[in-house]
Amino acid sequence: MALLPGMQALFGIVGKDFVLTASDTTMARSIVVMKQGEDKSRDLTPTTQMLYSGEAGDTVQFAEYVQRNCRLYGIQNGVSLSPRAAASYVRRELATSLRTRNPYHVSLLIAGVDTKTNTPELYWLDHMASSVKMNFAAQGHAAYFCMSTMDRYWVPDLNIEQAKSLMRKCIEELRVRYIASLTKFTVKIVDKDGIREISL
Amino acid sequence: MSGYDSALTVFSPDGHLFQVEYALEAVRKGTCAVGVRGKDVVVLGVEKKTVAKLQDPRTVRKIAMLDDHICLTFAGLTADARVLINKARIECQSHRLTVEDPVSVEYITRYIAGVQQKYTQSGGVRPFGISTLLIGFDHGVPKLYQTDPAGIYSSWKAASIGRSAKTVREFLEKNHKDDMDRDDTVKLAIRSLLEIVQTGAKNIEIALMGADSMLKTLDASEVEAITAVIEKEKAEEAEKKSKKKGDSAAAVASTSG
Repeated sequence: MALLPGMQALFGIVGKDFVLTASDTTMARSIVVMKQGEDKSRDLTPTTQMLYSGEAGDTVQFAEYVQRNCRLYGIQNGVSLSPRAAASYVRRELATSLRTRNPYHVSLLIAGVDTKTNTPELYWLDHMASSVKMNFAAQGHAAYFCMSTMDRYWVPDLNIEQAKSLMRKCIEELRVRYIASLTKFTVKIVDKDGIREISL
Repeated sequence: MSGYDSALTVFSPDGHLFQVEYALEAVRKGTCAVGVRGKDVVVLGVEKKTVAKLQDPRTVRKIAMLDDHICLTFAGLTADARVLINKARIECQSHRLTVEDPVSVEYITRYIAGVQQKYTQSGGVRPFGISTLLIGFDHGVPKLYQTDPAGIYSSWKAASIGRSAKTVREFLEKNHKDDMDRDDTVKLAIRSLLEIVQTGAKNIEIALMGADSMLKTLDASEVEAITAVIEKEKAEEAEKKSKKKGDSAAAVASTSG
C-alpha cells in the first residue's frame, strides 16, 4: 500500500463567526507510519490559518514561504491580509509555480475571519491553482466520503457545538469506511480572537 | 579618468571619504532621536517635526517595526530610511524562513550596516544619508545599537543621533546610570530630548520595549505627565540651589557685617 497524497485528510466548516478546521496527524511513507501528532497547518495571520497536504517537502516549503510573505505584508503595511486577499495571494503563487519545471504539489484549505466585518471564510485551493470559497470543504480522499455528510447537515450560522458535532460525524465516517486508519485529528477554531486548538 | 568615473565615493588625498562625511552632515540636519537602555527595558525617543496644518500626522512616523521584536528609528533623509527599513524587514522574514529563528538585534544591525557600507563602495550610488538606532531584546537582555552612513555599528548604553546630538550625548553621559528601572529610563530619554526640543512634550514621541518584546508607544498625555514631573523636579533643584546660594550669601554677609 503505497502512500498517496490523498490519504491526508483536511476539513473546514464555516460557523456563525468562526471556522472549525481539522487535519489528520499521520506522517507516513509507503507502508510505514513515521510520525503521529504532526500539525499540518501554518498561521498566515493572527486570524487566518492555512492547512496543507500533498507532496512531502513541497507542503512545508510552500506553506512557510507563504507564511513569511504574509507576515512581511503585515509589517510593511501595518495591517494583516484579509482571508480573501491571502487566498488570492496564495493562489497566485500556485499559478506561477504551475508553469515551472517542478510545480508545488500541494492541496490547501485557508480558513480565516475577516476582522473588518467579523465574517468567517473558507477557501479550497489545489495544486492546479484553483481557488473556491466554500461553506464546508475537505481535501484528499476524505472529500469523497465526507462532502455528502457535510452537505446533508450544514446550515448557515452554526454554533460551535453544532460544528463540532458535524466534524465528529465526518471523522466517524472515515473511521468506518476509509481504508487508511486516520485516528487522531488536530482540531482548531479560527475566530476574531485568534487561532486555538480545541478537542472535539 | 577611465574606469573610475562610476564611483561617487572615492578617497581624498588625506584618506577621507568625503561623500560619507557629507552624508553624516545630512544626518546632523535630521530631527533628533535618542535611545536609552535600562535594566529590563529599552526606550526610544524622537523629536517630532511640527506637522503642517494640512498634513495627516498619522502618516509621519519615525519609529518603525522591523519585526515583532525589533524596532528602529533614524535621523537624516526620510526617503533613504524608507528604503533601508524595507530591506531590513525583508531580511528579517527571510532569516525566519531559512533558519526558523527570529533575527537577533545584532544580526539585523550588522545587516543594515552592511548595506550602508555597500553603498559607499559601489558604482553610481551615493551613501544612505541616515544613522539608525535599533532596539530589541536578545534572550531577555535589552539591546541598543547604532549605525551610521559609513557602515559602522556598535552597541550603546545610551545614544543620540541627528540635530544637536552632541548636546544630548553629553547630557546622557552625565546622567546615565546602569540598571535603571522602567520609569527612570523613560524619564532620562525625555529629559535628554527636552534639552534640545524647545516646544516641549508635544513634539516628543516615546516608544519602549520590555522583555516581552512588545513595543509600547506612550501617548501624548503620558509624555505630558512625565514632562510635568521633570519640570517640577527641575524647579525644585533650581530652588534648592538658589536657597543654598542665598544661605551662603547671608552667612558671608553676617560674618562680614
